[in-house]
Amino acid sequence: MSQRQVFNVFEQYQKARVQFVQMVAELANKPQNIEILQNAGVISLLRPLLLDVVPSVQQTAALALGRLANYNEDLAEAIVKDNILPQLVYSMTEQNRFYKKAAAFVFRAVSKHSPQLAQAVVDCGALGILVICLEDFDPGVKEAAAWALGYISRHNAELSQAVVDEGAVPLLVLCIQEPEIALKRVAASVLSDIAKHCPELAHAVVDAGAIPHLAQMIVSPNAKLKCQVLSALSQIAKHCVDLAEMVVEAEIFPVVLTCLKDKDDDVKRNGSILVREIAKHSPELSQLIVNRGGVAAVIDCISSCKGSIRLPGIMMLGYVAAHSENLAMAVIISKGVPQLSICLSEEPEDHIKAATAWSLGQIGRHTSEHAKAVAVTNTLPVLLSLYMAAESSEDLQVKCEKSMKNILQKCTHVPALEPLLHDAPPNILVLPHDSKARRFFVTSGGLKKIQQIKAEPGSLLQEYINKINNCYPEEIVRYYSPGFSDALLQRVDSYQPPTN
Amino acid sequence: MATLARLQARSSFLRSQYYFRNRVVDVFRKKEYDAAVKIQSWFRGCQVRAYIRHLHKIAIIIQKWWRGFLGRKMYQLVVKVAYYTMKMNLYNAMAVRIQKVWRGYRIRKYCFNYFYLKEYLRAVSETNEAIRETLEEFAEMQEREEKKANLEREEKKRDYQARKMHYLLSTAQIPGIYNSPFRTEPDPWELQLQKAKPLVHPRPQVKQMYSPSLTDWLACTSAHSFPQSKFLPPITRKKCQGPFRDINEVLEQRYKPLEPTLRVAEPFNHLKLSREELRRKEWVQNVNDKMFLPFSSYHKNEKYIPSMHSSSKYGPDSCGEQHFRSENPKKWICDKDFQTVLPSFDLFSKYGKSYSKAGQII
Repeated sequence: MSQRQVFNVFEQYQKARVQFVQMVAELANKPQNIEILQNAGVISLLRPLLLDVVPSVQQTAALALGRLANYNEDLAEAIVKDNILPQLVYSMTEQNRFYKKAAAFVFRAVSKHSPQLAQAVVDCGALGILVICLEDFDPGVKEAAAWALGYISRHNAELSQAVVDEGAVPLLVLCIQEPEIALKRVAASVLSDIAKHCPELAHAVVDAGAIPHLAQMIVSPNAKLKCQVLSALSQIAKHCVDLAEMVVEAEIFPVVLTCLKDKDDDVKRNGSILVREIAKHSPELSQLIVNRGGVAAVIDCISSCKGSIRLPGIMMLGYVAAHSENLAMAVIISKGVPQLSICLSEEPEDHIKAATAWSLGQIGRHTSEHAKAVAVTNTLPVLLSLYMAAESSEDLQVKCEKSMKNILQKCTHVPALEPLLHDAPPNILVLPHDSKARRFFVTSGGLKKIQQIKAEPGSLLQEYINKINNCYPEEIVRYYSPGFSDALLQRVDSYQPPTN
Repeated sequence: MATLARLQARSSFLRSQYYFRNRVVDVFRKKEYDAAVKIQSWFRGCQVRAYIRHLHKIAIIIQKWWRGFLGRKMYQLVVKVAYYTMKMNLYNAMAVRIQKVWRGYRIRKYCFNYFYLKEYLRAVSETNEAIRETLEEFAEMQEREEKKANLEREEKKRDYQARKMHYLLSTAQIPGIYNSPFRTEPDPWELQLQKAKPLVHPRPQVKQMYSPSLTDWLACTSAHSFPQSKFLPPITRKKCQGPFRDINEVLEQRYKPLEPTLRVAEPFNHLKLSREELRRKEWVQNVNDKMFLPFSSYHKNEKYIPSMHSSSKYGPDSCGEQHFRSENPKKWICDKDFQTVLPSFDLFSKYGKSYSKAGQII
């Protein structure tokens, strides 16, 4: 009887503990409860339960802490201040996989808020144990650990360097090769986070042999995995030519283009980011992309989506066209310009418009043919109106002005220029500086057209015409003005030959 | 002497004459002197001038020749330089012409080759077309696959629905609702129902406090994350009403591991197995695979295989065993034999002789 009573007490205590941690973990799921829990001092209560004799209580306590830390930065800071992290690190070594998972979740939740908190996680020696967890048998543990490492390395280069120094990269590369999709995804995103900071870290990732495995997974049917893989590759490729070439050498090329046709928008976006990062480095890489038909795919991709998804594609066209005349011509014959002009007119956001304007400027600045190709799609008036519009941002105005100047300096296509004359201040600025442009302007009959415009004297247009006329010698202006031949004939009529 | 005398006789006259004459001349003497000086100076001046003129003439001749010589020399040089300059100008012009043509050719051929560029652009547009087509196909294929998957999913759902509604199937006696007698033909659902297997009632699952499945545990999103630990007594389980034993005891009894008796636990062919085991162990420890067997008859049928060294056609070679040098002294490089530096071991020289008499050292 007495033994039973004693057992009863223990049983009740255990039951109460389990119930408590479970309830707290459940309550912490809902944001509205969190403040109440915090005020009730839940963290100091959960802390001793992390050292409980019953593993499930420990796990659930860790889970509850993770959820609390996930909610906001203050709670995460409170957890760091309460010295809970070293406790977790200490107990993580000899615990089972569920506990490891929960502890990794706490680390992740704490480190996601700010670099300082992530640094605190690193300082308490969590990296070593997380890296050991990457070698665990259980894919869930690996995934949780990789996720935590990803949140730590996301913040800045020092933290990433710490993760790399701990030797996480080769293990992450092994994780990519696991069959579980979720694990692959998390590992790819961690690699992307590590590689994004600086060329050295990207080199570390490349040295671990990540590129071939990443390149293989581009074809995987899972959209989210594809998304992360493409992002990792683009983060690697973005730093320098060598890395970009290494990415290209993994034979990603025709395969990446299928991602541009994907149904998922993120995949499309990351695919075009990857293409852009490769194209921006050197003319050779751009040429390679053009030869593989990448430009056409990107243009199709731009046409099939909206908003910020098409932004990298637009920039990629600009980068390709900026490298050389021939590449710009390739963009033009791939029907890139009409697409860009559609983007320019239909996109609502200023930064996308600015990027489009820049790309158009890069395409049109090479020769008169390029400029004509841009001009015939009727983009110049749109650019001008954007430049003149009061609600355009400063950046957009600057970009519009620059690209218009670039295009107009080479432009000899009069029909396209004509509408501009009615309301164009910036293009006049071009003429006085460039004698070649002046000559073109005269020989192509632009000046004649100007003289034919009938403007009321004193109007703004008349002023502009006068300004243009001032750029040329008087005889030429007179020669091109409409009444000149009549005036000449009249002078012949009225001329009296001097009699001897 | 007469002469002398005559002269002496005339001497006074002569003296006066001399005086007289000198006095007369004295008047003109200065004038004459001056005139003579003048004449002399004029003459000498003429003479010297003529000489100088002569010298000048000669100097001019020399200078003329010398200057002519220098001039000709200089002229040759100038001509050479002019010729050289002209030549260089010509060469430069020609080089420019060659360079012009070559550069134009090269740039047209390799950099701005219009036809090549045209060809390249055509090729690029072709590639673009091809890529567009391929991507189009790819997208179509994907769409088709997705459609197929959707259809399958729907089919499955319909099947499940049919299985669930299997009780609406018409029987021989009662037509079901899909098999109305007022219709000419039954509803397609009727056929579906006929094909479907009736769904069995799922057994009501015992509600567990913890979800045992952990595979879907990701991001700690589900509320019930952890399974009950095996080692813990199930405190959530309610005690049954009635005069039953304690649940722990019952569970212990229920999940007691199998405890076989000694008779069952031990195999019946234990001896054989242990022998087998012993043999295996011995085999592992053996260095030689061939068993050493003491009986001479065991090896009787085995043929002796001589070693390659001794079975040579040319007889065994004793070099390296008994001697280390050619036995023919003519083949030695020097005619002296090797000298022993260290004294030999006595014991070794008695080798083979010393132990002859039943172990006694002689």
